[in-house]
Amino acid sequence: MSQESIQTDILARLDTHGSIDDTAILPYASDLILGVLNSLLSKEILTYTAIKGEKWVLTSEGQEVASGGSPEVALFNLIPSDAGLAVADAQEQMGEKAKVAMSNAMSKKWLKKQGDQLLRAVDSVTDQVQADLIKIKETGAFGDARVLQDYKRRKLCSAEKITSYSVQKGERFTTNVQKEATEITAEMLRTGEWKGQTFKKYNFNAAGVQVRGGHLHPLMKVREEFRQIFFELGFEEMPTNQFVESSFWNFDALFQPQQHPARDMHDTFFLKDPAVAGEMPKDYVERVKHVHSKGGYGSIGYGYDWKYSEAEKLILRTHTTAVSSYMLYKLAQEARANKEFRPVKYFSIDRVFRNETVDATHLAEFHQIEGVIADRGATLGDLIGILYNFFRKLGIEKLRFKPAYNPYTEPSLEIFSWHTGFKKWVEIGNSGMFRPEMLRPLGLPEDVSVIAWGLSLERPTMIKYSIDNIRELLGHKVDLEMVMTNPICRLDKKMGREI
Amino acid sequence: MPTVNVFKDVLFKALGREYSTEEFEELCFEYGIELEDETSEQEMVKKEQGEEKAKGKSNRGIYRIDVPANRYDLLCAEGLSRALKVYVGNAKPPVYKLVQPAGGKVQKITVLPETAQIRPHLVCAVLRGITFDQDTYDSFIELQDKLHNNICRKRTLVAIGTHDLDTLQGPFTYEALAPKDIKFVPLNQTKQMNAEELMTFYESDRKLSKFLHIIRDSPVYPVIYDSNRTVLSLPPIINSNHSKITLETKNVFIECTATDITKARVVLNTIVAMFSQYCAEPFAVEPVEIATPNSTSTHRTPDISSRAVEATVGYINKSIGIHITADEVVKYLAKMSLNATLSSSRKSVTVSVPITRSDILHACDVMEDVAIAYGFNKIAKTVPRSITVGAPFPLNKLADFVRRELALSGYTEVLPLILCSHDENYEWLRRTDNGEAVKLANPQTIEFQVVRTSLIQGVLKTISSNKAVALPIKVFEVSDVVFKDESRERKSRNQRNMCVVFASKTSAFETVHGILDRIMAMLNVKLVSPDAAQDGYFIRESDNPTYFPGRCAEVVHKGVSIGHLGIVHPEVLQKFEVPFPCTALEINIEPFL
Repeated sequence: MSQESIQTDILARLDTHGSIDDTAILPYASDLILGVLNSLLSKEILTYTAIKGEKWVLTSEGQEVASGGSPEVALFNLIPSDAGLAVADAQEQMGEKAKVAMSNAMSKKWLKKQGDQLLRAVDSVTDQVQADLIKIKETGAFGDARVLQDYKRRKLCSAEKITSYSVQKGERFTTNVQKEATEITAEMLRTGEWKGQTFKKYNFNAAGVQVRGGHLHPLMKVREEFRQIFFELGFEEMPTNQFVESSFWNFDALFQPQQHPARDMHDTFFLKDPAVAGEMPKDYVERVKHVHSKGGYGSIGYGYDWKYSEAEKLILRTHTTAVSSYMLYKLAQEARANKEFRPVKYFSIDRVFRNETVDATHLAEFHQIEGVIADRGATLGDLIGILYNFFRKLGIEKLRFKPAYNPYTEPSLEIFSWHTGFKKWVEIGNSGMFRPEMLRPLGLPEDVSVIAWGLSLERPTMIKYSIDNIRELLGHKVDLEMVMTNPICRLDKKMGREI
Repeated sequence: MPTVNVFKDVLFKALGREYSTEEFEELCFEYGIELEDETSEQEMVKKEQGEEKAKGKSNRGIYRIDVPANRYDLLCAEGLSRALKVYVGNAKPPVYKLVQPAGGKVQKITVLPETAQIRPHLVCAVLRGITFDQDTYDSFIELQDKLHNNICRKRTLVAIGTHDLDTLQGPFTYEALAPKDIKFVPLNQTKQMNAEELMTFYESDRKLSKFLHIIRDSPVYPVIYDSNRTVLSLPPIINSNHSKITLETKNVFIECTATDITKARVVLNTIVAMFSQYCAEPFAVEPVEIATPNSTSTHRTPDISSRAVEATVGYINKSIGIHITADEVVKYLAKMSLNATLSSSRKSVTVSVPITRSDILHACDVMEDVAIAYGFNKIAKTVPRSITVGAPFPLNKLADFVRRELALSGYTEVLPLILCSHDENYEWLRRTDNGEAVKLANPQTIEFQVVRTSLIQGVLKTISSNKAVALPIKVFEVSDVVFKDESRERKSRNQRNMCVVFASKTSAFETVHGILDRIMAMLNVKLVSPDAAQDGYFIRESDNPTYFPGRCAEVVHKGVSIGHLGIVHPEVLQKFEVPFPCTALEINIEPFL
């Protein structure tokens, strides 16, 4: 039945009778009637009040009895009028219904029991239950409430709440309802029809239509914020598109001794193919070897037997500082060629690799953010100053620095920030001044110092977007819905979902 | 970072007063160590072995403190409390000295040439008239464990043996013999065994089994004997039971065998610096005379002379960015247990670096100690003077343009991992291994066997774990793949690719073709006819096993193939467990730089 024909029917009845006392008499489903009433109500064509009521309906078991009769009558009819029926036979023939049939028939004193035999106790029976249920089905009600409760207990019928309506004419009652438009169409504009058209009321509480556009990954949104901060501070992005590194650039060039635990098989991915690097800058390699094994530039060195075979091993870079060391080498080459040193500020945000056991906070891959400044006479105070500038742009004002150890920086400072949620200082990054044993072999002038800091991209992102498992952020197991629904990143603003 | 357990009462006694947890945390922070936990033996046992086992254990307060990996002098309670005591101004650092034994005859040990084959270096020392109690004895054993685990690199570089000298008779010899010829009762055992049997015996030992490999396959094993052919130790595995240290031991013979002589010296110096405190004459160490094979003369160990490192006051001030006087430099260094003297011009200081500070290699280490004592958080904040110009890496800038266009075209960015299994990179994509991928030597799982040579597998994996998302799934990635490249120093190169996958109820070649056209239009690259030799791009039918036959094209730019697009082959989808048709595009974007 279409909405339109229901509407026509209702308006016709109102026109004829002035009102409809109870819509229960209409042969339409209650929800369809309501839809029509609401639509006409909004146009003030009618008003209505709801009538709450109850209707009894048969359960599927009740339906069976109504159509096929009650089990107790079926049982009675199974028993021959002149002989008994074994209980076991009754059970076999009636299946699971035998039990309820026996109990009902016995309580109605239709049967008696002799040993294991059931015998008729009366000559004939009438199926009152079936008759009652048929009546309930037809009228939705029954006179005797106790009987209804009994059938309800036997799960033959149940009460259902129903709503019907009493309907009156409204102020603008008419049987000729104009169709409301929801949208303005090009046709209306062309014909001028919009002038006489009535428009459907808009529900301003409903949600807008969901947008299915494209989306950038939250981690990349945070990366972009960090890049902007570096650009604002005058930093140049380093070419970090080289995942494979030699141990030399990744470790040796950074004055990291060859027996250092970070160079263990447990922490670093070594390569099987290709396994060793090609020719590295010979003079520089010599200088690095010397500073490790014998010292120089005012250092006593580590005093161990430095091996080329260890340095030439290829690995996946464990930090982007491998790129920084190469960039500083190139800077020193440039300074030598131009006979003039050029101060630089470099940064990078890119993937690094660690041969670690994967858990909620560790992946074999993550992104490292790194800032490097090489300048004549750069100081520890400059490092601390630039870190305040950098972190202020992230909305972090309170910093504290703890002395730490790192083979290639001296001094080394762990960066802590005050976490207002945890009410304690939390580590947010590492920083330091590169050691002379790293800088001088590169060929940088003696008065050039290099200050640097680093942090992971994932950690601030997880804090910003309230993600507690790194695997939900990076890798193929991420939920695309997460990518689609996470807001833009504003590092200097509270997003309201920070951990 | 190693963690050291120190009794709170011992520490507070050294510091001269009690500290609240907050106060002590603050002190640690300034000094550069970290209070990890406040606990007791009872609590630690409870945590590891349960409440039952913890009953009756001591509840004496313990601080668990993380110390920097290069400060071996902080690896025991003795060193840690000594350093902090000096830092708070409660004491002066000790002065270590060498003393001759009462009779004037020092212990002597001869190194035989065969040891060169397996563990060539040896340094020794004697501590006289020592008094142990349970705490200090435990600390002595613990320090050796800590050193073994850190600087000694699990005994590979250096192994320490400590012995009750009164059970032995010098002179000693350091030899290397065939395993069968070395017989002794190992520490805490009762049965004598030869070194071969010993190796088998300790195979199942949780602690020692991991050291066996260091010498196991060598034809000769290192061993130390006294003049009665009593075995002292079989380094780096185990000492003999005969010369075992007990609470009653008075005179301790220390030997460190090594493959790295510098580290052996540091280890020996650390032990004598820490435990000579308990000698009859505190901080006095007795040397041992060592005769080496290739030298007619002998030398004595340990060398406890301090080393001079000079730093100018100007360098220190300029590096840190502060302005303090020469006297202040000396005062701050004293706080850090470093004794410094001013030059006559008062322009520089000479630090006599004690044996405990092997971490000081250069004047910059002295500068750092001044900065720590001054207080990192008191240094005035400045900014670097030079003006520099910010700039993006051009390839990243290009990639970001492409990423933005893809997102504007209704695609969602995904970020799978760069490492993948060999199967994912080859077999599952119906490709054969042509040897172009970089392969890992030591991955912990098969998930990470190669560095990807294409992006598509990661994108398909992402779709596979997002099957519940409403179709169509439109995703992309712009990132690096890696190829072997013999011509380069690092024998490989990254390449920036772009990959788009459209997954829906039907395949959609035209849709993905449209994305290619859109990106090319945005990059201002013109569609050209395949016949014309023009700057531009076109696509032509191609065979690529990853894609369905007859529904695959290669993208040609300036006459060079830069990638493919097509309907992903059903067998590929099956491998990646993607139950709906996918159409994909993957190209190299570097030509558009």
